[in-house]
Amino acid sequence: MGDLVSNLSLGFGVALTLQNLGLAFLGCLVGTLIGVLPGVGPIATIAMLLPITFGLDPTGALIMLAGIYYGAQYGGSTTAILVNIPGEATSVVTALDGHQMARQGRAGVALGIAAIGSFFAGTVATLVIAALGAPLTSLALIFGPTEYFSLMVMGLVFAVVLARGSILKAVAMILVGVLLSTVGTDLETGEERMTFGLPFLSDGIDFAVLAMGIFGIAEIMRNLDHTETRDVVRQAIGRLLPNRDDFKQSYKPILRGTFIGAALGILPGNGAVLGPFAAYTLEKKLAKDPRRFGRGAIEGVAGPESANNAGAQTSFIPLLTLGIPPNAVMALMVGAMTIHGIIPGPQVMTKNPTLFWGMIASMWVGNLMLLIINLPLVGMWVRLLKVPYRLLFPAILMFCCIGIYSINSLPTDVMFIAFFGLVGYMLIKFGFEPAPMLLGFVLGRLMEENLRRALIISRGSLETFIERPVSAGLLAVAVILLVIALLPSIRKGRDEVFTE
Amino acid sequence: MKKVVLALAAVAGLAATGAQAQGYPTRPITMIVPFAAGGPTDVVARIVTDNMSRTLGQQIVIENVAGAGGTTGITRAAQSQPDGYTIMMGHMGTHGAAPALYPNLKYDPTKDFAPIGLAAGTPIVIVAKKDFPANDLKGFLDYLTKNADKVNMAHAGVGSVSHSTGIFFNSVVKAKPTMVAYRGTGPALNDLMANTVDFMTDQIVNVAPQIQGGNIKAFAIATPERSPVLPNVPTTKEAGLEGYEVSAWNAVFAPKGTPPDVVKKLSDALMKSLDDENTKKRLSELGGVIPSNTERTPEALQKLVESEVARWTPVLKAAGATAE
Repeated sequence: MGDLVSNLSLGFGVALTLQNLGLAFLGCLVGTLIGVLPGVGPIATIAMLLPITFGLDPTGALIMLAGIYYGAQYGGSTTAILVNIPGEATSVVTALDGHQMARQGRAGVALGIAAIGSFFAGTVATLVIAALGAPLTSLALIFGPTEYFSLMVMGLVFAVVLARGSILKAVAMILVGVLLSTVGTDLETGEERMTFGLPFLSDGIDFAVLAMGIFGIAEIMRNLDHTETRDVVRQAIGRLLPNRDDFKQSYKPILRGTFIGAALGILPGNGAVLGPFAAYTLEKKLAKDPRRFGRGAIEGVAGPESANNAGAQTSFIPLLTLGIPPNAVMALMVGAMTIHGIIPGPQVMTKNPTLFWGMIASMWVGNLMLLIINLPLVGMWVRLLKVPYRLLFPAILMFCCIGIYSINSLPTDVMFIAFFGLVGYMLIKFGFEPAPMLLGFVLGRLMEENLRRALIISRGSLETFIERPVSAGLLAVAVILLVIALLPSIRKGRDEVFTE
Repeated sequence: MKKVVLALAAVAGLAATGAQAQGYPTRPITMIVPFAAGGPTDVVARIVTDNMSRTLGQQIVIENVAGAGGTTGITRAAQSQPDGYTIMMGHMGTHGAAPALYPNLKYDPTKDFAPIGLAAGTPIVIVAKKDFPANDLKGFLDYLTKNADKVNMAHAGVGSVSHSTGIFFNSVVKAKPTMVAYRGTGPALNDLMANTVDFMTDQIVNVAPQIQGGNIKAFAIATPERSPVLPNVPTTKEAGLEGYEVSAWNAVFAPKGTPPDVVKKLSDALMKSLDDENTKKRLSELGGVIPSNTERTPEALQKLVESEVARWTPVLKAAGATAE
């Protein structure tokens, strides 16, 4: 404990210097602004701003880049709430209820609770990293291909079990998502699958392209064909900040979301994407009246947003303690560290304690700044919705195109969002929900690759999934959930998770 | 917002092609790095161009165009205007292994480029999980032949450096371990550290910290000399393995048809950058090997590419490794 206090005071000594405070602020501000632009995610931003940090000392540079990362994460939720465009897998669920809240004139409340939930989750996650970072590292190593596959099975069963009424449609959408995730070059053999010989499909479909088309572009098309309702978002502004009732409804989801997100964030191989989905599922399961979900339930924003931010924070653990990046943004942070002459690895903690603890302390500082930056901005974002839709939608479209082009610099990606937009529009018209499809898409690839990996290592023996205790446990939970779903009496009480 | 301004600036820049060689460069130069930002090639590119930009008086802007083992970005760079304003960072995979891995490759590494110069070599290290029942290369090779069906080799995906060099290793030592593919080096290392897979071959920059931290063990480094980053790791030759010397080199290329005086300017700037103390220090911290003066010339690079294509093609074809 004494160690923790002295380490943290060392960290805050570094993080609270005028220069590092300024850099954290700058990073958070740039991150927020960039994150708000649809499609322009933290990866493109950090890659672009990397050269600017050359002149800084490594700690300052990393503090700024980390600020961009969580700033962009937060900004992405703003776009999801305001215009229904989730820039990243983790903000898909925020769009579900967040955008409905915006349509009901509660955009300010949604943005406010997202900011406050994120701040709380960030604070807890920072403490978790500081106190338990090193011991938790072993958790990352417990999760091999076998465990990962079972975790993904459980994730998919969550989605199936909790989708009611349209269960057939939900399952169909999940399967389409899984199918889409198999497009591209096969990882084990190098063969191309379902690419029709088209070179731009050889690396598969980008998540951002799919999400932006299915959600964002489709939403624009739907708004344009409902001439009478398309201005619904700007009718009433309502309160800007959450009130006491909102807090009462939200504090438990925030606590639960923080816990789920923090736990999943530590896993290697981007386990953090499951966090918001799991938090949403849990909130809906626990709610007294689950029908509110998908129609603007504040818990549906508070829980997943907290999970999202907690996961974003704890995904630094494998990077800081092992030097192994769990996702693409962290891989970029590895690059940033190497360019500054710090080779990420298990020695960073002992060799560069000021950098290590300074970064951890700056995470909390950054979260505080996000709150300070974002609460006043809420009013501005909400006013943005007053802009007439005929002026707003061309701007959204343009930013979508620029944003998606900035990810891979591929013109075909821009055409693809138009294609998926059309698909998404048709899905809306036929009453299919896009969220299960995105979940299937995200989990599908991880599931397939880990299944094959596990089977190759076990030389084809399926027993490996039962022999390993963690994997067996996860599968047992999945089976129990499935059995519950199949019992007719209980099925009546089953509710919808992913409805609009 | 900056992003938008930059994007617009880039569009404006594209419109103003057809620059003259005299006075080159008069506007920023784009360097296409065919891998995601943050990877070893990207890091080398950023370190080297930092100094080159100052010499040339114009910023070299890195554009990451990832995909298909780097061939997407190189194809695009090869087809761009040969005016010196689009150059690229190629590597062992894109300009050595690619013709064997991608039968439909749209460029010929030996013919479609104006070589600028070699930037850095990254040695390959043979590493294993820390519980592996052998402590030196000899014991390892012994185990490998006796337990061929038990051993798993990890790699970072078909077309990656660890995949090509791993296949090469297997062909040299005549072993057939089971190959387990990962999406990138990070997840592969993670499972190596967790003792889930047995061994792999990868670039020193990726594995050195884990070796130093005792999370994995190293059997040998595939270079003629030991690396200052890992002074205790013997070379393959020292450890008794002949014929396995391999490095994941990175080199700067321009599209074919780039004016010779432009190539000269770029090549001079690269050489100057490699002589810079700061560049040298940063590259060697990564375990990078800085090429000697004779290895840095465009002519030497052309020879290297030809010899690398000749070396990789039969090895990879024999293993049946294609990515298409």
